[in-house]
Amino acid sequence: MKHTLRISCTRHNLKVVRDFVSEFLAEQQFSDILINQIVLAVDEVVANLIIHGNKEDESQFLDLRLAVHRQEFEIEIEDTNLISYSPNSYQEPDLREYVRVGKKGGMGMMLVNRIMDRVEYTTRGAHNVCRLYKYLA
Amino acid sequence: MKITQHATDTTLTLVLNGELDASSSVVLDTELGKPEILKNQKILIDCQQLNYISSAGLGVFISHLQTFQDADVKLVFFNMQEKVHNVFEILGLDSLMTIVPSEADAVAV
Repeated sequence: MKHTLRISCTRHNLKVVRDFVSEFLAEQQFSDILINQIVLAVDEVVANLIIHGNKEDESQFLDLRLAVHRQEFEIEIEDTNLISYSPNSYQEPDLREYVRVGKKGGMGMMLVNRIMDRVEYTTRGAHNVCRLYKYLA
Repeated sequence: MKITQHATDTTLTLVLNGELDASSSVVLDTELGKPEILKNQKILIDCQQLNYISSAGLGVFISHLQTFQDADVKLVFFNMQEKVHNVFEILGLDSLMTIVPSEADAVAV
């Protein structure tokens, strides 16, 4: 079973990422709801990196690595783009206000933060690395 | 994402089949943004075959909700899978939108 994946930065690869994560989690026999939550969190981060971080530049790539250690799911998403998402600028939105003004975006990181137990952003050389963790016990 | 439509004089039902993500939600946005949709009293969203929704899909519904409310058009979701309903719950959208179990319930809203 392959636990690494490289994708080019096109939103058509979001389905590829979801299938990659869900097939890995299905092996671990978790509930449909838990699998869907984790797949969703990964999808949101990857969509942000593809659409906002890399402006859908198909010559750019993301590397994904999955693991489960001691009842904790971990995914690492490595991005060659250094001008990526800045977590310090994030504020949880007021969804009633979103409805009032008809806003479409801005809920992705709210989902990620509510679903995952830890979200870390670091750099590795010239690459950005995002790690998401979820306790499974 | 495949969208099938059924219309009566007052109600438009959209049957969603597939996954609503940042790639596929554009199609739904186009449908919900058509001016003639506001002639309906109700828009029913059949979610039985909706297997996945991300924030991009949720954002499409949120972005049109106020326009529907201003035009007195009810937006009602039914037949929603548990894992999809869970996503609405995580954000508290189940309290901002009308989600009912069955088509009969949706027609009765």
